[in-house]
Amino acid sequence: MSDPNRKAPDVTDTVNSTRPAPPPPVALVNPANRNEGAPRGGDEQVLRLEDVSIFYGDYQAVRGVDMTIGRHQITALIGPSGCGKSTVLRSLNRMNDLIPGARVAGRVTFHGEDLYARDVDPIEVRRRIGMVFQKPNPFPKSIYDNIAYGPRVTGMKVSNMDELVEKALRRAALWDEVKDKLKQSALALSGGQQQRLCIARTIAVSPEVILMDEPCSALDPIATSKIEDLMFELSRDYTIVIVTHNMQQAARVSHRTAFFTAEVDEQGERHGRLIEYDTTNKIFTNPAQKRTEEYITGRFG
Amino acid sequence: MAVITPGAPVPAASVRRGRRRPGERIIEGFLVLAAVVSIATTIGIVVSLLFPTVEFFGEVSIVEFITSSQWTPLFSIKQYGVLPLLVGTLWVTLIATVIAVPLGIGAAIYLSEYARPGTRRLLKPILEVLAGIPTVVYGFFALTFLNPILIDLWPSGDKPEFQNLLVAGIAMGIMIVPTVASLAEDAMSAVPHSLREGAYALASTKMQVATRVVVPGALSGIVAAIVLGVSRALGETMIVTIAAGLKTAGIPWSPIDGAATMTSYIAGAAQGDLPVDSLDYLTIFAVGTTLFLFTFALNALSIRLVRKFREVYE
Repeated sequence: MSDPNRKAPDVTDTVNSTRPAPPPPVALVNPANRNEGAPRGGDEQVLRLEDVSIFYGDYQAVRGVDMTIGRHQITALIGPSGCGKSTVLRSLNRMNDLIPGARVAGRVTFHGEDLYARDVDPIEVRRRIGMVFQKPNPFPKSIYDNIAYGPRVTGMKVSNMDELVEKALRRAALWDEVKDKLKQSALALSGGQQQRLCIARTIAVSPEVILMDEPCSALDPIATSKIEDLMFELSRDYTIVIVTHNMQQAARVSHRTAFFTAEVDEQGERHGRLIEYDTTNKIFTNPAQKRTEEYITGRFG
Repeated sequence: MAVITPGAPVPAASVRRGRRRPGERIIEGFLVLAAVVSIATTIGIVVSLLFPTVEFFGEVSIVEFITSSQWTPLFSIKQYGVLPLLVGTLWVTLIATVIAVPLGIGAAIYLSEYARPGTRRLLKPILEVLAGIPTVVYGFFALTFLNPILIDLWPSGDKPEFQNLLVAGIAMGIMIVPTVASLAEDAMSAVPHSLREGAYALASTKMQVATRVVVPGALSGIVAAIVLGVSRALGETMIVTIAAGLKTAGIPWSPIDGAATMTSYIAGAAQGDLPVDSLDYLTIFAVGTTLFLFTFALNALSIRLVRKFREVYE
């Protein structure tokens, strides 16, 4: 499962390098555009989907998706409700395994390895590809134990857990708000803080990819903008795939955008399809497909 | 009743109470009655235990009751030490708990975390039916089925007696497994699915999700399930009467001895021709009070434990 040439970004590395100055304030307009000229390792493929179809029992929820996800980029999946974007996202770290009857056809590869091959360990897949959910779901444990959970269950050799907890919380821009109450229940935090805690918890196991399933849809605008800043900041070291209902959010944070929609086939069944996948700039300014344009401009969906 | 024409403005009506709703009053009255009856019953039980118990301790010293190692109120030489009955009860309860807790929690974890939905739909009702088997059946199951096997398998030395505490405890453990499993499973299923997803997304194995997220989240329900199971074991009468016998005398140091428990003594003594108001008759109440105190202490302890350890997920 491991490729010796590629090391997952490590919390220790990134924090030890004592970042000199805070990152420049991120303009909420469209940071993606700032990066247009200088894609950061974007050509390197981390994840690749080849003719992926996803079934729930006999029902084909997603049909024939082809796309690649570049390293250290933020890839947004957008589209109307029921278009299968969350389903696709959950196929990337085998979270769909937890749904009885869910099945993936086609190939999903992670650094060239088939994620659905027989000898692949889904636990190891999820250690390398973490996930943040729509509704913040901290464990009903202390803030500290929430962060330490992942390192503990994955058997990470941690010499100093306190240090790791601090680094993960700093990385998720939460440390200053919680440093005096690490032993208190995580449920006492606000929704936005809980979501950043969930991001910190994910970072603590040093994944390579972070999947985010509408991470801001339960949050207010201020909390949302904090998470967006954080995502942007994290994309220097992590590959991020985000599902969002909010087109402005996709435009603000992502480097590439995939537009999905639901199509009705001859039998009258709805299937999610990938309609267009390109740089965010292209999708939002000059989409090739008429349906993408109609969705972006708010004429349907 | 005003007739309302569609489209026409609704006539302004007063919001003051016009019509009484007598049904509301009757229902409320009935609900209060239901609550009062159950509380009154509890008080009645405590009072009816208390007075004869006080009378008993007027004649027998409480020190003798607690420290004497002989319980022979129905013999010619009467001694009133409750320890033999207490030890009998503790043996049976302990054995039942040791069997029922791991099996019950294990079954609950299986049903809630591992079983496919179809399997669960099949197994859960079966489990609940098991909980409804009359205890007298378990008593005979212990005496005629389990005990011969136990005696056959017993390695060496003194074999278990024809009636013994061990086999009664085993049967009682089996009896309370469904109760513990079913209630614990309810508590585990109530743990939000989002917490499981969060744990799986952090590369947890199924067992880690169960033991580190689901069980702590469901702890108060699980402890309640165990306490209910143990309370049933403490208060169970029929299995011990049949499978452990009614022998009273010295303290049953070994669980392979046959001996009475607090409950089986009460059942046995209450059937005899004890004259009301005799000291012998009062022993029933003294033992009953002791049993009541144990159950009460168990409940109080469990409430404290739950407060201390539970993880509240709402």
